Amino acid sequence: MPSIATIALIPLLPFAGFVLLGIFGRTALKKPAGYLGTALMLASCILALYTAYGYFFDFGKIHGAYQKLVPFQMTWLEFSKDVSINIGFILDPLSAMMLVVVTFISLMVHIYSLSYMKGEERFGTYYAFLGLFTFSMLGLVLSSNIFQIYIFWELVGVSSFLLIGFYYDKPSAVAACKKAFIVTRFADLGFLIGILVLSYYGGTLDFGTLIARLTDPSSTQMQAAVNASFLGASALTWGAVLVFIGGAGKSAMFPLHIWLPDAMEGPTPVSALIHAATMVVAGVYLVARLFPVFAISVPGALHVVAYIGVVSAMIAAVIACTQTDIKRVLAYSTMSQIGFMMFALGVSGYGGEAGLGYSASLFHLFTHAMFKALLFLGAGSVIHFVHSNEMKDMGGLRKLMPVTHITFLIACLAIAGVPPFAGFFSKEEILLAASRGNTGIYYMALITSGLTAFYMFRLYFRIFWNKEAGHDAHHGKEGGFALLFPLVLLALCAAGAGFIPFGEYVSSDGTPLHSEFDPVFSIAPVALGVAGILLASWFYLRANDRADRVAASLKGLYTAAYNKFYIDELYLFITKKVLFNLVGRPAAWIDRNIVDGAVNLVGNETVAFSKLIKKLQSGKVQQYAIVFLGGVLVLAVLFIYIWH
Amino acid sequence: MNDLWIIMKNELVVTTIIFLLLFIKIGKGLKNETLLPLIQFLLLANLLQGFFFNKEGLLFEGIFYSNTLIIVQKNILSLGVYLISLVCSDWLKKSPQLPEFFILMLSALLGMFFMISSGNLLMFYLSLELATIPVAAMANFDLHKKVSSEAAMKMILSSAFSSGILLFGISLLYGATGTLQFAEMSALLDGSPLQMLAFIFLFTAFAFKLSVVPFHLWTADVYEGSPVAVTAFLSVISKGAVAFILLTVLHKVFLPMMGIWYNLLMILSVITMITGNIFALRQQNIKRFLAFSSIAQVGFILVGMTNEGQLGISSVVYFILVYIFSNLAAFGVASAISSQTGKENIDDYKGMYRTNPFLSWILALALFSLAGIPPTAGFFGKLFLLTAGGAKGSFWYIGIAALNMIISLYYYLRVIRSVFMDKNDAPIEKISVGRSATLGLLLCGAGILAAGLFSWIFEYIRGILN
Repeated sequence: MPSIATIALIPLLPFAGFVLLGIFGRTALKKPAGYLGTALMLASCILALYTAYGYFFDFGKIHGAYQKLVPFQMTWLEFSKDVSINIGFILDPLSAMMLVVVTFISLMVHIYSLSYMKGEERFGTYYAFLGLFTFSMLGLVLSSNIFQIYIFWELVGVSSFLLIGFYYDKPSAVAACKKAFIVTRFADLGFLIGILVLSYYGGTLDFGTLIARLTDPSSTQMQAAVNASFLGASALTWGAVLVFIGGAGKSAMFPLHIWLPDAMEGPTPVSALIHAATMVVAGVYLVARLFPVFAISVPGALHVVAYIGVVSAMIAAVIACTQTDIKRVLAYSTMSQIGFMMFALGVSGYGGEAGLGYSASLFHLFTHAMFKALLFLGAGSVIHFVHSNEMKDMGGLRKLMPVTHITFLIACLAIAGVPPFAGFFSKEEILLAASRGNTGIYYMALITSGLTAFYMFRLYFRIFWNKEAGHDAHHGKEGGFALLFPLVLLALCAAGAGFIPFGEYVSSDGTPLHSEFDPVFSIAPVALGVAGILLASWFYLRANDRADRVAASLKGLYTAAYNKFYIDELYLFITKKVLFNLVGRPAAWIDRNIVDGAVNLVGNETVAFSKLIKKLQSGKVQQYAIVFLGGVLVLAVLFIYIWH
Repeated sequence: MNDLWIIMKNELVVTTIIFLLLFIKIGKGLKNETLLPLIQFLLLANLLQGFFFNKEGLLFEGIFYSNTLIIVQKNILSLGVYLISLVCSDWLKKSPQLPEFFILMLSALLGMFFMISSGNLLMFYLSLELATIPVAAMANFDLHKKVSSEAAMKMILSSAFSSGILLFGISLLYGATGTLQFAEMSALLDGSPLQMLAFIFLFTAFAFKLSVVPFHLWTADVYEGSPVAVTAFLSVISKGAVAFILLTVLHKVFLPMMGIWYNLLMILSVITMITGNIFALRQQNIKRFLAFSSIAQVGFILVGMTNEGQLGISSVVYFILVYIFSNLAAFGVASAISSQTGKENIDDYKGMYRTNPFLSWILALALFSLAGIPPTAGFFGKLFLLTAGGAKGSFWYIGIAALNMIISLYYYLRVIRSVFMDKNDAPIEKISVGRSATLGLLLCGAGILAAGLFSWIFEYIRGILN
């Protein structure tokens, strides 16, 4: 087992980068900021790989099952013998896998940014923020208790806020970072209440103890949590659903997804790191972390997870078909894929074969991180090249940017679920789990996966084929080594990661899960995927008006989807018209006239009173002595004669 | 015989330093520039020796005793004195009688050490006087200022008055129980009216030293008139020492009369918090402001004391540690500003952030801690005090205390607002803070954060009592 210092260094190295670059990033370390941040990240990544390798192949497996290890735990604040807040690390298949994903993607983004962000005024600050984010995310996945995870959860939110608003002189970026912060803040309120409910009834904050108590029907805590009911549901269900709301906010699940597309205002590598591969899957991570509670004790809450997940996946896929900003297409595609992970958890059971959905969900999280980061970095490379986010400015780029083209194609094949690329395997498992768990969800998922292939190849053809682009003079060359190296490495992962026997390592109860590949089952999804690709090529391979004619014939649906089903407008209506007029204005009136009036009254009275007793403070010692004696006498009389 | 050297080690070290300074004074060989670092080094040595070779035990038939808690308390006081010598070094450097100043201060510290360790009322009385009279002389150290002499005069007169009542109480108590030993007295207390009167007399002496309302009237005049170093010493070290011995007296000796002192503490703490807050609201002079706010802080200490269990003791000891860091940081900034510009009004601090960012941040940190805003140590200090006070279940009482915390928030933040946000065309000019003063301020700032973030400090204090 690696020493505690080794594990601690994994999050602390990026933190050191944050501190150093935060202080000196604009002055002494401005030039080498990128290299310093990348070097620290590389070290952190190597340590994470070492730890994860050791966990999976050496010390983690005891008696045929992977154990939950807590190599380090200290009391941070003790309120009483039973209630204390700890800081600790947890090592289990879930956190070991996440360590690898986060550090690896972060390293890729660090390298990529060396070239992409070159020449930025606040280059050092950018790397400082990246370090802060990586530190928070790693702290989040290593957290051994629910309070610690909340701290890092908020820190992750803050660093996301800072990075979305990185171009703070751009009004749209400022609006986007505020929106992301406020929307997730509402969700986090649910999360906090959920934490309080679960830990109140569980009597602990520690994950291991909490899960043990809340899954054992005979424990007193469990009985109390089930018997306490509020609005027709037990306290336990409320706790689980509220925690899920927090996760849904961070993971951009319907209807809290509205911040994610706007978050694309941040620099593209940031979108790849935070809003595609790592932070947005925190919600999935959270549900997976508490999965035994969901699966064993509150199946009702798990149904909520499943339906929210599949609805989000479907809505996002439909919207993605109509967007023209390539980063927004990718943003909706992210939301859709996270929906896949969520409903996979939602249809899963606990332990053994029933836990297939759990493994599938995390497998998809793993492969998705690879190919989605690749897609975003590829899109960044394209944007870097044509200086625009809009599809209409692109087309025919395949010869001008060969490396980007091939890697992007691999990523598209992976996400579309074409064998043998990574996404195929993880998506098959998800669909298999859904078909065993809930047929309705299975069919919705099947349609969505066909849509996925369609909109991804729409994107691919519009960028790289469609028209033959004249080579504009202002188009530079495809980026250099730092830009292309992460693309190639990620493409290799996106192509090969599917062959990892994932269920052997990560499963709901720690025992290896042997998943068998069933070619017959794969026929339907693969056929739908290929159909989606063919349809996209018919529309978009060459420039033609077929797509416009279809859009015109489906006018109502198309406009609604193009306008993201008017969900943003709905929020605006509720907040601006309803909340501001019915709550905000009356509250402001009460505040101005009644609260302020009362405060002023108290203030004036206090001043008047202190003027009155100020006379005591006369400066004459003899008077002080008299007051002193008076005090003694009053106390003596009070306690000797009156009180008794 | 060997035990005597070890058990009284702290007192002997302080005495040795006092004599050393006396010889230096007679020799007249050293200038302030060399003397002050030497004294700071000696005080640091005094602080560090307190952590090693300690032994519990009784001496002189129980008149003097020592245990781990007492040693921790003494170390806290030594730390405070060391910090004062650092943060006030700009003022100290100019003092024409530097050795005398420290001889007096260390004599007072010696008195406090004996006071905390005393196991006998007579010993307690003697050491209390030893801890008071030198401070009155120190209050007079701004020799050219009339207010300084006035402060000293008022302090000595008020103390004499309070001592008279204390002695009256002690003799009544001796008459009622026939003993002066703490250890024997507890069993002989039955709550008769005579004993109650004696107890109230005794208690008022503590209340006077802690500036509990209505025995606080001397405080503002003395604090304002004295040099900043003396004000800091009075408001932090003296109060800390008296609070420590009061804990022992209430929780050990007078435990049978808890029914009385619980109510007494409750009433006085409420009056003290409210009065301190109301006066602090109106103050313009920064020293007077800190004086009244420290009265309000004492009210909170009394809240914690109402708990006779180990949480009561540990929360008070922890709070005083935190209070030393926070208050000395605030006084340190005030001292730096007043010794170089002579400005002592809060209005003068407007817009200070632009010219003196370092001092502004330290002041902000200190005031945040005094106001009890997390994650500074002051928050946890107040939290533990209120938890201790709430253990009896009188929630309205804790409610009043919490309300007072909110009121105090207003005036602490008002100062921070002037420093950081208010515009001023002529802010305080850039002040060059000496090296040792910077070190002292940094230590205070680090202490404020460390005592809040590292739980083992509180855990350690609580662990001693088990």
